[in-house]
Amino acid sequence: MFPFSFEWVWDMGHMIFFGGFWYAISILGAGMTFCILKAAYDTMNESGESH
Amino acid sequence: MDSALIPEGAKRCSFPKFTIGIAIVSAVLLWGVYAMFLCWFKGLNQTNMNDYYGFALWIWADLAVIAVGGGAFFTGLLKYILKVDELKNIINFAVIIGFICYSSALLILAIDIGQPLRGWFIFWHANIHSMLTEVAFCLSAYFAVLTIEFIPNILENRQANKVPFFHHLAHNMHGVMAVFAATGAFLSFFHQGSLGGVAGVMFGRPFAVREGLLIWPWTFFLFTWSAAAFGPCFTLLVTKITETITGKKLVSDKTVFLLAKISGWMISTYIIAKIIDTIYWATVTAPSLGFSLSHFYTNNSFYGYWILITEIVLCGVVPGLILIMKSTRENPTLRLIAIILGTIGVCLNRWVMVLQIMAVPVMSFDTWALYIPSWQEIATTVLPVAYGIILIAITYRYLPVFPQEKELNSVEPAVEAE
Repeated sequence: MFPFSFEWVWDMGHMIFFGGFWYAISILGAGMTFCILKAAYDTMNESGESH
Repeated sequence: MDSALIPEGAKRCSFPKFTIGIAIVSAVLLWGVYAMFLCWFKGLNQTNMNDYYGFALWIWADLAVIAVGGGAFFTGLLKYILKVDELKNIINFAVIIGFICYSSALLILAIDIGQPLRGWFIFWHANIHSMLTEVAFCLSAYFAVLTIEFIPNILENRQANKVPFFHHLAHNMHGVMAVFAATGAFLSFFHQGSLGGVAGVMFGRPFAVREGLLIWPWTFFLFTWSAAAFGPCFTLLVTKITETITGKKLVSDKTVFLLAKISGWMISTYIIAKIIDTIYWATVTAPSLGFSLSHFYTNNSFYGYWILITEIVLCGVVPGLILIMKSTRENPTLRLIAIILGTIGVCLNRWVMVLQIMAVPVMSFDTWALYIPSWQEIATTVLPVAYGIILIAITYRYLPVFPQEKELNSVEPAVEAE
């Protein structure tokens, strides 16, 4: 799963498979981090717009 | 008692009535939970799986709920990426249905693997050459997407929304939902496809094996296509059931007609591809492996040509035609028949691609191997249905799931029930 796992091999299969997986997870993580930080900022400044 | 939690302006049944309803469904849920613990503590000997049936009722249920849950990713794709704004009236419910389907799929897998404490092995010690590993990765990640898509709706609860942080968080998540929806579509394309790919690459099973494009057999594309086609049918069906039980109109006809029309065209194009695939398999692929079509549909007490005709014609061609023609699509009875047939059709397809594959004799000394699930397998398969009913009841009661509910029910019906 990680490059430091003993069964990890730097081949095309691992790079494509885990590249896609970590890419998707990173987008979700970054998206949620952005939303949470911006919500905290908006709460402190009460500058958010209603939807 | 709980009126402070109910969406403003919405009418719901009394709390005792609601509690009694939940208690009745919970009894079924507990039956499933009991069977689940039997499987976990006593092992898979509680099932009727054997050397023929390594995949059985659970894997069919798994593939079926994932297929019908495809309405969430496809509706999300249409709403957030292709900007079909009309679908905003049903997207919340599509996400909830998808959330129920995918959490059910993960629960079924947790029972099926026998040793759930080792479930994380599939991630940590991943076999990158396995399509099922790809399914496990995409399924888990897509469940995370559905959870993220569900959160804003939860935060819009009347009381939660009063908390400024939750209010802003819901607003910000709506703002970037297109990014999550795009990620969900990417993940869904691969896991829906890989579930079909598993069948298509089984060279030892002439009933399933298919040619394809590069590493992907045609079943890869057919599974993704069918989930996008029939998933909205299930969304419309559950919406109709919810409307009937609540005695309210929850989604406007305009939205229903649009989603039914899109589903109809997807079903029609899918079924043409499916017919071509079936003809090529029956006339080229299977004979090249030494089998004739009749071998797969005769000499047994259950699997006849009826299943092929039911899946493709009755539950494929018929709903497709009903939903693409305006006059039949806008007829409530015919539309309901079409979405029921469509939902049955995709479940039947998954049954054929999981269980008929196992039943067909392959070796010359083999015979047909039919299988009847144990009560524990049936109870754990019914469990997600009870869970789904409870979650829909709770979300409908406490969350603003249907944005048009107030507008469509301005004149209260004489009898109100939930």
